Amino acid sequence: MQLSINGVSHEFDIDEDMPLLWVLRDELKLTGTKFGCGGGFCGACTIHLDGQPMRGCLTPARFAVGKQITTIEGLSENGDHPLQKAWVEHNVPQCGYCQSGQLMSAAALLATNASPSDAEIDRAMTGNLCRCGTYPRIKAAIKTAAGKNVADNRGGKD
Amino acid sequence: MSNNQTIENVGRRRFLQLTGLSAGGLILGTALPGGGSAWASTAGKAGPLNLFVTVHSDDTVSIVCHRSEMGQGIRTALPQIVADELEADWHRVNVVQGLGDERYGSQNTDGSRSIRRFYDTMRTMGASARTMLEQAAAQQWKVPADECSAKNHAVVHTPSGRRLRFGELAAAAAAMPVPDAQSLRLKDSRQFNYIGKPVATVDAPDMVTGRAQFGQDVTFDNLLIASIERAPVLGSTIDKLDDSAARKVKGVVAIERLDGGAEPPAFKPLSGVAVLAHNTWTALKARKLLQISWSASSHDQHDSDSYLADLQRAVLEPGTTITNRGDVDTAESSASQSHQATYTVPYLAHATMEPPAATAQVSESGCEVWGCVQDPQSVQQQVAAALSMKPEQVTVNVTLLGGGFGRKSKPDFVVEAALLAKKMQRPVKVVWSREDDIRHDYYHAASVEHYRAGLDSDGHVDSWLQRAAFPSISGTFQAGIDHPSNSELGLGLTDLPYAIPNCRTETQRAEYHARIGWLRSVSNIQNAFGVCSFADELAHVSGQRPDSFLLQLIGPDRHVDPSQGDYKYSNYGEELDKFPLDTARLKNVLRRVAVKADLNLRGDHGKNSGEGWGIAVHRSFLSYVGIATKVQVQNGRMKIQEMHCVADVGLAVNPDRVRSQMEGAMIFGMSLALMGEIKMKNGAVSNSNFHDYQLLRMHQCPPLSVELVDSDAAPAGVGEPGVPPVAPSIANAVFAASGQRIRELPISKHLQVS
Repeated sequence: MQLSINGVSHEFDIDEDMPLLWVLRDELKLTGTKFGCGGGFCGACTIHLDGQPMRGCLTPARFAVGKQITTIEGLSENGDHPLQKAWVEHNVPQCGYCQSGQLMSAAALLATNASPSDAEIDRAMTGNLCRCGTYPRIKAAIKTAAGKNVADNRGGKD
Repeated sequence: MSNNQTIENVGRRRFLQLTGLSAGGLILGTALPGGGSAWASTAGKAGPLNLFVTVHSDDTVSIVCHRSEMGQGIRTALPQIVADELEADWHRVNVVQGLGDERYGSQNTDGSRSIRRFYDTMRTMGASARTMLEQAAAQQWKVPADECSAKNHAVVHTPSGRRLRFGELAAAAAAMPVPDAQSLRLKDSRQFNYIGKPVATVDAPDMVTGRAQFGQDVTFDNLLIASIERAPVLGSTIDKLDDSAARKVKGVVAIERLDGGAEPPAFKPLSGVAVLAHNTWTALKARKLLQISWSASSHDQHDSDSYLADLQRAVLEPGTTITNRGDVDTAESSASQSHQATYTVPYLAHATMEPPAATAQVSESGCEVWGCVQDPQSVQQQVAAALSMKPEQVTVNVTLLGGGFGRKSKPDFVVEAALLAKKMQRPVKVVWSREDDIRHDYYHAASVEHYRAGLDSDGHVDSWLQRAAFPSISGTFQAGIDHPSNSELGLGLTDLPYAIPNCRTETQRAEYHARIGWLRSVSNIQNAFGVCSFADELAHVSGQRPDSFLLQLIGPDRHVDPSQGDYKYSNYGEELDKFPLDTARLKNVLRRVAVKADLNLRGDHGKNSGEGWGIAVHRSFLSYVGIATKVQVQNGRMKIQEMHCVADVGLAVNPDRVRSQMEGAMIFGMSLALMGEIKMKNGAVSNSNFHDYQLLRMHQCPPLSVELVDSDAAPAGVGEPGVPPVAPSIANAVFAASGQRIRELPISKHLQVS
């Protein structure tokens, strides 16, 4: 089967029910998309399918035929997506494991809503777990990327 | 300055072996005598430390980080200390992850120890390397060495202004004799370039682009993926196996049994059946087709609810006395007011975002593993024992850890990979699923603690009895242990910082029925929940505001030594001289966090706004942390509205990462206080994934603030001490808001949490 991943077409000889998560990680060795729960509860495997955020662990490969798959590796050419820059500026990551999925969810949000409210950020991001507890900084970074001033210094820098 | 330090120049070949780095120029190793036994450490034998700096001719500097990165920022903070003393330019520093090797000293990255154990050593390493560079320059210029000083990646001859870059001096410096440690000149803190500054996380750019490599991400040609169905009950083994359906799945390469079930479980793999395939999806899918019947186990009847109910009865009976000051019984009989309460905390799981994973390859000469491990030397020992090798034949590559919290210092999952790689004669990666992780963890002990106090007519606490019952971590490693250990009691119970004349600590019997392990802040979780909740109850019983009551309870400024008779307080493995239990620092944190809260605000027992504040202060891992929480309780629902942290961790090497650890600790603490509960029935864990073992989500996370106390005190623990006061501060706030006292976690058992 043929899949378009980060703008490049790839040919796979796989079980068409294989979730995209494992196609990416095991077949293509694109390991930026993470395995967190396998059940759609944690969002670590969030990718874009034609721009829509999807859980890679629940999306069978056949479902993506003819669609554009974007992963964290394809979010920007040089790691310079406004969200990636804001993430570094706010020193968001702790262990870093969930951050690919967080970024992909946030990127999908900003693509349709250039200046989301707190409640809209919560709604878009609530499917993405972070065990280290980076939520306040994620929220601050999304606001920075959206060109907003973060009024307070909560979760901010020294 | 560290004492008794010897520094040696290690050979280039040895350095390359240790780091896998291709390097030239100055290679410096320091050797220290071992640093004493540590909490739950199995790498107990005191070995020399070896820590390394390399200056390359291209002007870059490589600094080895020998501790595991799991989100605490240690790959930034430790090299930051070295670079400062070295006068290196941070932008030309490469951080190299050290392999597992006892020459580094302890690599067991837990107990919030990395900075406090290695701060002095790292400074010495940087200063030694700097001195060698200065001496090399002096030799080249034929001037006295004291006329030369390193500054910003170069050595300058002060009288003439001549200057040589580090890279230009690399080869000559490597040939210099290693300076005597006692002769080293360490910087004055006013000259620090990086220590105390919020240096950006070195791995952040890789983490936001998907390039960062975790244990789950290790891959290479010819790799087999293993998914393992493990015995649901501890001690159980495979009785019958029918793998015919699983074998028929296309892509399955092999199905292998893993022996296990011996007790105590220690770090040994559990009994299980591994499905090995070319990809993870096939292995997971085929595993579901295995038909296994498991043997009976002595833990088959274990039910967490009835176990806790039994402990709740047991703690009402006299137990084994551990510490005893004054005469609690006599004081109780003359008390004008008395109060008692029992607190319960269920089993908890680590639930790191990255489930455990390890890759192994076995050859005639040894074994090489790659994994998300907190303690690579423990991996060497366990893998060597399983493969009948010597530890030095096991090469351990430490990847980034997608969270650790104590889970990944248990190397059972690496041993699984090594055993399978040996059987298969090719590299194998063992991938734990989330269900595996939740069902086969080393759980935080389910616990019950009973407290009883007598107050005099002025409302002063005259007697305090505390009685703990929970399965000890030690029982997981040693047969016959069925009471909380002295170490566990020393994490917040026997080191009670209150000025109470009559005080007794007792334990009750509690056997283990699951693997028990250390989880971020360990038994401080239940000890602080009990102590800080009960103190708040006493404040209300005596009609005083919690902050003024606590200040009085803590009493005068003093250094507390909890050791008593046969009971030796371990103080997190540190000397009380260097890290005293200082009530003045605890009270300072208390005062500063109390002003964040409106402790006069009463929710009027759920009427009106239903809002209330709670505070809790606790010393753990040698740091002092206060938490103030505001909650709203209305119509059986509770919501946390804001939370504030004041932390005194001594010198904060990287204040931004200290803040982020406190932010994370508040969120970790909220998860366990609101929703954390592992249940066991018929010996097996009932939870399976994030839908029934829930963690805090963004919409539940209130605004947080962190205030760090400016301090020159020795740097203390950071990763764990934020957690313990969180749960009691929430429970105390719920009481202020509603009059409902939470004595049993999680709060979701009593109130709807949103």
